[in-house]
Amino acid sequence: MITAAFEYHRPSDLAGALSVLEEHGDDARVIAGGHSLIPMMKLRMAEVPHLIDLQDIAGLKGITIEGGMVTIGAMTTQHELINNEALLSATPIIHEAALQIADPQVRYMGTIGGNVANGDPANDMPGLMQCLNANFTLEGPDGTRSVKAREFYEAAYMTELEDGEILTQITFSAVNAGYAYEKQKRKIGDYATAACGVLITKDGDKVATASIAMTNLSDVPVLSEAAGAALVGTSCDAAAIKAAVAAALEDIDPTEDNRGPVEFKMHVAGIIISRAIARAWSRA
Amino acid sequence: MTNQIVKMTVNGEKKEILAEPRELLIYVLREKLGLSGAHVGCETSHCGACTVEIDGKSVKSCTMFAVQAEGAKITTIEGLGTPDNLHVLQENFKEHHGLQCGYCTPGMITRAHRLLQENPNPTEEDVRFGISGNICRCTGYQNIVKSILSAAAELNAAKEAAQ
Ligand SMILES: Cc1cc2nc3c(=O)[nH]c(=O)nc-3n(C[C@H](O)[C@H](O)[C@H](O)COP(=O)(O)OP(=O)(O)OC[C@H]3O[C@@H](n4cnc5c(N)ncnc54)[C@H](O)[C@@H]3O)c2cc1C
Ligand code: FES
Ligand code: FES
Repeated sequence: MITAAFEYHRPSDLAGALSVLEEHGDDARVIAGGHSLIPMMKLRMAEVPHLIDLQDIAGLKGITIEGGMVTIGAMTTQHELINNEALLSATPIIHEAALQIADPQVRYMGTIGGNVANGDPANDMPGLMQCLNANFTLEGPDGTRSVKAREFYEAAYMTELEDGEILTQITFSAVNAGYAYEKQKRKIGDYATAACGVLITKDGDKVATASIAMTNLSDVPVLSEAAGAALVGTSCDAAAIKAAVAAALEDIDPTEDNRGPVEFKMHVAGIIISRAIARAWSRA
Repeated sequence: MTNQIVKMTVNGEKKEILAEPRELLIYVLREKLGLSGAHVGCETSHCGACTVEIDGKSVKSCTMFAVQAEGAKITTIEGLGTPDNLHVLQENFKEHHGLQCGYCTPGMITRAHRLLQENPNPTEEDVRFGISGNICRCTGYQNIVKSILSAAAELNAAKEAAQ
């Protein structure tokens, strides 16, 4: 498989990357780990006359946790997320979810920035970032802005990211919550048939807050506020979970593909959501 | 597009090759450097037959352009052992029938090598999870897992003896 020809750029800082983007407009695109982009280029679903490799930009790497705020550089790989002890104790749901992405080789290369910027509804990080209510920092020719993960996704492969912008970091506050990321896939290395991230905080023996987000069940990740609301104030018993699942299923719109027909996906989603809620509650 | 010079260290030797930016690393290794150990199984990032080690990462070299490896240190199966001086992993694959047709083996062994660097005492489950990006169509994995566990034990015994 041979991709279309392109010119390769490898700037050493963000300003350099932004200026190549500005110079070539639509003809330029950044490459992070390349594990979504290169397969698309091989299939000629993407042609990128100017490819800008971000690997030398030190400022895009690393994880910092300060005053309860977690900041993750866009070029941090899934492998690095999994192996970061501080992140594991601050936000264990990332560890649990990242281990369910792709396979070991892909995780050494795939970055969190590429995963959230890609806009593929099958990527796991976007739903997870909505569950965590993360913010994405975007830098472009006109400066820096911040967009909530919950407002970033417009349609499959359509996001708030403007031409000329680079996603530089992801921030969210570390919550001390019960957590779970459940994913049904056909085999290791497969995208989700259905996946769901849940964070639950407790007040006494009742649910204080609940955040429930789903992956690959619509053309964008879906945060179901109604499902969260159905749990708040309950003791997360079977009836409450049933109500939350019903509310979540109202918010999704899966399509038929090689992972199955719509009825099957709704069925699998129901099971995955209810398992995720039960497990998050057991850890709350 | 024009060729460009790519410098990398492959199996400890400094190499300079000319490549078009769109050339995939696997083809540069196999066709320009004559290192045909890493195989092309699927060319679509799924099988792991093309796995090599790049700067301490196991990478599917069909999913990386050679230009991205500029400046990198790469280890292929040829860098682990030779027919006269097999690596412990290779010895154990031979001993425990960790291969049948052998097509997946170079990728399997380079991957196992990195896994043992990061986790010298893996459980059977760690090994299975660790090689889950490598597909074998012959063995059913049982003997591959056995080979890797046995190599780990041997490497650890040698390390202890040296201390
Ligand atoms: C076999 C296989 C299985 C996989 N399974 C899963 C899975 O189960 N779940 C999952 O979530 N993913 C999966 N993936 C995808 C993998 O996780 C990707 O690596 C990831 O989605 C994209 O990250 P990347 O760094 O490789 O991005 P790239 O492929 O380099 O880029 C993807 C897109 O994002 C853009 N981009 C990248 N970085 C930035 C940035 N900083 N700012 C702006 N735009 C940017 C690029 O221009 C491109 O359009 C799989 C991939 C493979 C090959
Ligand atoms: S040839 Fe690279 S993963 Fe199959
Ligand atoms: S030995 Fe034949 S594919 Fe593994």
